[in-house]
Amino acid sequence: MDQTVEKKEVQFSEGAMAEIRRYLSHYPADRQKSALLPILHIAQAEFGGWVSPEAMDKVAEILNIQPIEVYEVATFYTMFNLKPVGKHVLEVCRTGPCMLRGSDDLIMHLENKLGCRVGETSADGNFTLKTVECLASCGTGPMLQVREQYYENLDAASADQLLEDLKASTVKKPWEENY
Amino acid sequence: MGRKLLTEHINVEGIETFDVYRKHGGYASVEKALKTMTPEEVVEEVKTSGLRGRGGAGFPTGMKWSFLAKPEGKPRYLVCNADESEPGTFKDRYLMEKLPHLLVEGMITSSYALGCRTSYIYIRGELMYILRILEKAIAEAYANGFLGENILGSGYSLDLHVHPGGGAYICGEETALLESLEGKRGNPRNKPPFPAVWGLYGSPTVVNNVESIATVPWIVNNTAAEYAKIGVGRSTGTKLISAGGNINKPGVYEIEMGITVEEFIYSEEYCGGIWKGRDMKAVIAGGSSVPILPKDLILKTAAGEDRLMTYESLSDGGFATGTMLGSGGFFVMDDQTCIVRHTWTLARFYHHESCGQCSPCREGTGWLEKVLHRIEYGHGHMHDIDLLVSVAKQIEGNTICPLGDAAAWPVAAAVRHFREEFEWHVKHPEQATSPGAVFNKNASVLA
Repeated sequence: MDQTVEKKEVQFSEGAMAEIRRYLSHYPADRQKSALLPILHIAQAEFGGWVSPEAMDKVAEILNIQPIEVYEVATFYTMFNLKPVGKHVLEVCRTGPCMLRGSDDLIMHLENKLGCRVGETSADGNFTLKTVECLASCGTGPMLQVREQYYENLDAASADQLLEDLKASTVKKPWEENY
Repeated sequence: MGRKLLTEHINVEGIETFDVYRKHGGYASVEKALKTMTPEEVVEEVKTSGLRGRGGAGFPTGMKWSFLAKPEGKPRYLVCNADESEPGTFKDRYLMEKLPHLLVEGMITSSYALGCRTSYIYIRGELMYILRILEKAIAEAYANGFLGENILGSGYSLDLHVHPGGGAYICGEETALLESLEGKRGNPRNKPPFPAVWGLYGSPTVVNNVESIATVPWIVNNTAAEYAKIGVGRSTGTKLISAGGNINKPGVYEIEMGITVEEFIYSEEYCGGIWKGRDMKAVIAGGSSVPILPKDLILKTAAGEDRLMTYESLSDGGFATGTMLGSGGFFVMDDQTCIVRHTWTLARFYHHESCGQCSPCREGTGWLEKVLHRIEYGHGHMHDIDLLVSVAKQIEGNTICPLGDAAAWPVAAAVRHFREEFEWHVKHPEQATSPGAVFNKNASVLA
């Protein structure tokens, strides 16, 4: 059986490359691997909210390191999605302090509302529901994060409204105008 | 009303901008240090102030600075640890969001003291919006001559950058943070050598918490002697406390070291008492890794005195009766809180966040989570309670970094102080797993 996996090469946009070059300038010339995490964040934003093997290979090429060096980092840090996700990724904090303020109820409500469980994507492709461990919002729980935005002191009604607002929104990249 | 050294101007409109910050005395410490003090004098001031690291360990900041090796031909680095991820702790996020220039000013003054030419702020990746706030502040500092070449004509030059993490709690441990900053997995390094000798890129490095660095400008501006006058004993100055949980007024408060725990919880100036008119059951005083204490023990020391918000008073009696000030992540549980469930969520956190490098931590945190899960969900046995204690003991002290201890202590303390509640869960599985069911010690039935 042919084990060859066909990979499609990906390309960063000029906006993303400018951001990558900016990060590369922060580190000594012989220590460019330091830019790996920032570039993985850029790759995730650039390529639909997740880092594919092709995207990771591209990052390795930019940094002139072996692809395995990128894979081992991308799989270690929880912020990087290793499979396709929905248009919006809802990251609900579930750790102790948020639990005290009702995160269990919020998670259950979102599962019912979206018709999917934690770790899954809603049938319409709009939302991927994830739980995360502590987002430093312990005084304003229950809360969730969508991209760079925090939504705090949530209840069922405000969570429902948030879903509607997100559905109607477009996803921009951090280096785009009016992000 | 206590003195505010860090947050005095936090509610001033536009304080996040260079111009407004400068009008309120911002960057004075950079001017004073670069124009009138030698780096050694700045280090000495911080040493004399008694400032202790505000990230959790409480190690004297000036002493840490004085350990920095000064070999010729190697750069030195200052790295700000802004990877705040300890459950219950959100003070650094608040400080950076509201007062980004305070951190930038602290980084410049501290970098001068340490002889650094390049410094980094390592911020947890989840806080990308704060990264952009900081980058804006840094750009303003460059534009106004406080960063870059020949700052204020002093001959001193500094570049400052913000580096995002990727969502790993372990990167708050200083050597894991350095590994991560080098573009690797966040696995802690063996110590020694300590970062002061072998840090970022193998160069001498100081890693300090956000709040510690943000305190340096006040000390330089007002002198160490003035700083040391505030507080009690070896707990000098003020401390940011992140107050959360079942209280009326969650938020970040700057307290003078030495107010009582009771005042902090019940006064209107701070937490405003327990929400919904309930009674207090327990408190975790210094972030999730420190031992939980029941109501009586958090309010009084082993000697029967009022417990104070200081490093010493909170750790009174060691782990048997005391806890720790830690990172200042103070979360309060009311009498409707299920301690078993809460402890399980913390164990789940540490299992999730273990980097997996050391077997006792990698395996042990998983055991703790699983055993707590089965007790919480009505499948526990009495011997499981002692098993928790046993596993915690086998993790503690047997790992490269303190994450193992941080995972073990909350579980061991919860069993020590609330054993009856664990036993009740085992004896009454149907009741214990009912929605909203909570063990009430006084009534010995559901609350």
